[in-house]
Amino acid sequence: MEAFYEWFRILYEDTGINLPFMYDEYDRGRILNGLWATIKLSAICVLFSVIIGMVGAWLQGSPWKTTRRIVNVYIQLFRNTPPLVQLYFFYFAVGILIPRVENDWGGTSPLIDSFGWAVISLSFFAGAFNVEIFRSGIEAVPKSTIEAAKALGFSRLQIYKDITLPLALRVVIPSLNNNLVNLVKTTTLAYAIAVPELLYESNQIWSDNVNVTEMMLFLLVAYFVLVGILVWAMNFWDRSLKIPGFGQ
Amino acid sequence: MQLNFVKRLAITAVITASTATAVYADVIDDIKERGVIRVGVKADYKPYGFRDTDGSIVGIEPELAKDVADMLGVDIEYIPVVSSNRMQFLEQGKVDLMIATMTDKPDRRKVVSIVDPNYYSSGTNILALESLGLKEWSDLKGKPVCGIQGAFYNKATSQNYGAKIVAFKGTAEAYAALKAGNCAAFVYDDSAIVAKTKDPEWAGYEMPLATIDDAPWGLAVQLGEDKFHAMMSGIIIAWHKSGRILDLETKWGVTNTPFAKTMNEK
Repeated sequence: MEAFYEWFRILYEDTGINLPFMYDEYDRGRILNGLWATIKLSAICVLFSVIIGMVGAWLQGSPWKTTRRIVNVYIQLFRNTPPLVQLYFFYFAVGILIPRVENDWGGTSPLIDSFGWAVISLSFFAGAFNVEIFRSGIEAVPKSTIEAAKALGFSRLQIYKDITLPLALRVVIPSLNNNLVNLVKTTTLAYAIAVPELLYESNQIWSDNVNVTEMMLFLLVAYFVLVGILVWAMNFWDRSLKIPGFGQ
Repeated sequence: MQLNFVKRLAITAVITASTATAVYADVIDDIKERGVIRVGVKADYKPYGFRDTDGSIVGIEPELAKDVADMLGVDIEYIPVVSSNRMQFLEQGKVDLMIATMTDKPDRRKVVSIVDPNYYSSGTNILALESLGLKEWSDLKGKPVCGIQGAFYNKATSQNYGAKIVAFKGTAEAYAALKAGNCAAFVYDDSAIVAKTKDPEWAGYEMPLATIDDAPWGLAVQLGEDKFHAMMSGIIIAWHKSGRILDLETKWGVTNTPFAKTMNEK
């Protein structure tokens, strides 16, 4: 393994192609941390944003006007503002208003750290789009199907959970796929509030080593692979949900 | 100083020779033709380069840049840069000259042409709450420490002292995060921190540690611009000799630094 790492040092000395995160142990640690943070942030945000989307779409069909209004205000607010502005807003504006807790270094710090704010902000941002995406799927479910369910005595929640949503899911996967890909790419914005994700750590490395071109190439490839994995998983899910005769 | 005299003579010779017989187009000709010099300066680094209340960029470095423009008889355009893009701006020709609080480092000399002698110098220190009672650099171990993206001492602070660096794009964000309690300290240039500790808004904060890495700052031109390089070298020597740097420090409320004093006496 050591010889493999050393090969990159030789590559740098011979060709000037500098990939310090391969031969420098400290920089390797940084890149691995960054990669892990990006994966963690993406996975958590994908999960929460899908949950927000499902719950939001259900609330949107609520018989109460107030509930529908609240969901719509939420969508407009998060969909119509830039995600970077939201991150800054949460971290710098809301962050100082929330309660502070004693931390392990003898001071007090806000209850939610930068990673927490990134999760909250990005989940709600993507969630706003997901609500609309799920709504489009729900509206594609034939009215007669729901009427049949009502006639059989299903409650509103039961209809949504057991009939509408499973059918809607099959319709929305392509557009959901789109939005989740966007979400994973948007996690790079978290570096603005110092979440040590992949772009942040790469930025630290290219500042120390002045190897901007190499790091840009690496980032491009890294995100291509990361998003590729997500798309592959989504396609796999899409195929496994296939029902003969529905939506095909 | 014998050597300095010889050097100065050589530089004067270069300048006169180059102005007399400009045979090929270089950046000086470009600037003169354009009638404006674009200088990369900081816009968030009080008092070295920051935005005045009317939005214009002012400070010690913008004034130094203005000297260069006056000498060339052209107008000046300040381009705000940050630590993580300043060398790239110069490389890509977005700026002709960069005076942006940059520490002179050997690996940076491979990318841009840093002009000798150094025009300024400063070291690294931290701004932290007095109540934390920090005494040694090793006290930062395991604590989150705010920093600026692209600063060279981020790596050293985390590698040597075990601090967890939380780096932001600009100083405003870092100061806000420090105030909000997201970090235990803010690691930055001592020259800038001194100004903050005097600010009533930052009462209760101190610069408790011994300054480390006292390192010279370098202004830079593009690699290969030898004529401009030689001209800037002459200008820096004149700044030091005439006490211009010391005057600017006084004007902008900085205690005269030992480096500026020594260079003036030389």
